[in-house]
Amino acid sequence: MNQNNNILSIKDLSVHYITKETGICKAVNKFSLDIKKGEAIGLVGETGAGKTTVALSILKLLQTPPGKVVSGEIFYKGKDILKMNNSEIRKIRGEEISMIFQDPMTALNPIDSVGKQIAEVIYLHKKVSKREAMKLAADALELVGIPKERMNEYPNQFSGGMKQRVVIATALACSPQLLLADEPTTALDVTIQAQVLDLMNELKKNLNTSLLLITHDLGVVAEMCDRVAIMYAGEIVEIGPVKSIFRNPQHPYTRGLFEALPSNKSNSKRLKQIDGLMPDPTNLPPYCKFEPRCSKGSKGCGAQCPEFIEVSEGHWVRCHLAGEKWG
Amino acid sequence: MNNILEVKNLKKYFDVSSGTLHAVDGVSFSVKKGETIGVVGESGCGKSTLGRVLIHLIDNTDGQIVFNGKDITKIDRKELSNLRKDMQMIFQDPYSSLNPRFTVYQTIAEPLQIAGGFSQQEISERVYKMMDTVGLARRLVNSYPHELDGGRRQRIGIGRALILEPSFIVCDEPVSALDVSIQAQIINLLLDIQEEKKLTYIFITHDLMVVKYISNNIMVMYLGQMVEFSPSEELFEQPLHPYTKALLSAVPVPDVEHEKKRIVLKGEVTSPINPKPCCRFSARCAYAKDICHCKSPELIEVNPKHKVACHFAKEINGLE
Repeated sequence: MNQNNNILSIKDLSVHYITKETGICKAVNKFSLDIKKGEAIGLVGETGAGKTTVALSILKLLQTPPGKVVSGEIFYKGKDILKMNNSEIRKIRGEEISMIFQDPMTALNPIDSVGKQIAEVIYLHKKVSKREAMKLAADALELVGIPKERMNEYPNQFSGGMKQRVVIATALACSPQLLLADEPTTALDVTIQAQVLDLMNELKKNLNTSLLLITHDLGVVAEMCDRVAIMYAGEIVEIGPVKSIFRNPQHPYTRGLFEALPSNKSNSKRLKQIDGLMPDPTNLPPYCKFEPRCSKGSKGCGAQCPEFIEVSEGHWVRCHLAGEKWG
Repeated sequence: MNNILEVKNLKKYFDVSSGTLHAVDGVSFSVKKGETIGVVGESGCGKSTLGRVLIHLIDNTDGQIVFNGKDITKIDRKELSNLRKDMQMIFQDPYSSLNPRFTVYQTIAEPLQIAGGFSQQEISERVYKMMDTVGLARRLVNSYPHELDGGRRQRIGIGRALILEPSFIVCDEPVSALDVSIQAQIINLLLDIQEEKKLTYIFITHDLMVVKYISNNIMVMYLGQMVEFSPSEELFEQPLHPYTKALLSAVPVPDVEHEKKRIVLKGEVTSPINPKPCCRFSARCAYAKDICHCKSPELIEVNPKHKVACHFAKEINGLE
């Protein structure tokens, strides 16, 4: 892999949440991921898998304490973000890397007009006057399909879908090179979701923006992403090109996710379910984290952690049984 | 008679500061015993209000709800509390719909205590049996909701709804707040219980794949009105209303081989406050002509099971 092609490179990131009551909660464990320029990567996993913690770590937005990055490096254009001081990261945050937050209802400031909130980002990062910033904010709003006449209105005057578009307009105001989108469409209806996905696709095409799309909707991943990483209990269990993983999922957890979806094709009366729950992050097993729920497990699985194995080009799986043919 | 529920011209209006909000506006349908009706639509289209009006959690403004041969819109409090034993609701959010200061036991036992006429021993027997039915381990009986995950909390909500052995249940987005793997567990549970106890479900959701999977009939709602009603298979094979078509095409399909022909709707949703007498979808509809902007379409029967409210349903679908 050509190192210079990567806009962001995460190496062995581990993040713990440390509290008196629950002890050490291992949210992210030795997480590594490279994002190329112009590439869209989907990060998929259940609630509590550590997806959002990864995104927050990239922007150094992790609340410390209780959160703590215990090890790892995050290189953005060759510089380690984790070693930057506040003023350095502030220059990047919002201008070069920006984030779309999950919940549009709480991500906006209720006592500022939406135009002012977007203009603030522009004013802070670009050498423009306040008046010019407002003008650029109006353009950003038009870009996401909201008439600029509404820029002096407050968040409570917008519907959920429109609020999410305001959040997106804010994130895109400075034409970032990397966009972290944390469940950007989960709170939206399918018809509005279609509009938002189209919008993000256009930006990707026009500005060559890289995208880290956090979601648990495999349908959205199929439509938006080039590569997908499946996360379980703080680590990536499978990563590869979308086509390769959707056609030929290897990890038992990935297979379980696909089989649990009510699909157009199957006509069986019951859905396949993955029994059990994710392991307690304060007490992770020292072997394969999926072993307790895995129906394919063999003797070796309860003994040690599996390493990544490349099953086809760019398609890696963390499973002792990967590559073996079953079912 | 085998219709457990018949709804005729049901209306629910709310008075808000800027006028009258037409949350449910003239909905009519009937439900057979043991079947599942899926209600789909965007947020704000009145799905949840419909569910609440149906089991009389809130009063309707106009229209009839005939449940087991009796119009329940005109009954008094005492009759209503008897009715509660027969119709129940499973709520959307298992995080906020449970009392945080009640244990699992207290939560599931409460309906029995309110209904009255059960001894302590009967209550405890029933609660433990219900925990088995919904798949909650008996050791969790004294746990509080905050100690449990979303899937288990939703199981408590289901147990509480089922404890009085109702025949009719409104499920308001019971799996929307859950992860895919847990969602499958809960859907399977709901299907198993339905089969065992011959329950009738109204299943409100915005997830079209789930609704297709679980329902016999599907009702599509748009801004308080029913725009299409059809057997589940038929709706997915041949959607007739332009809104249903757009809705179905917008669902992201988890399949890389899938050909994408998404219909992206333009324009914003019309306000349900003091709506004009026109087709409420006309502002976003690609087929809209003059008549759509001034006259509200009637519900027409395309075949005895499939109804649609669109002036041009036949033309745009090449029927007759």
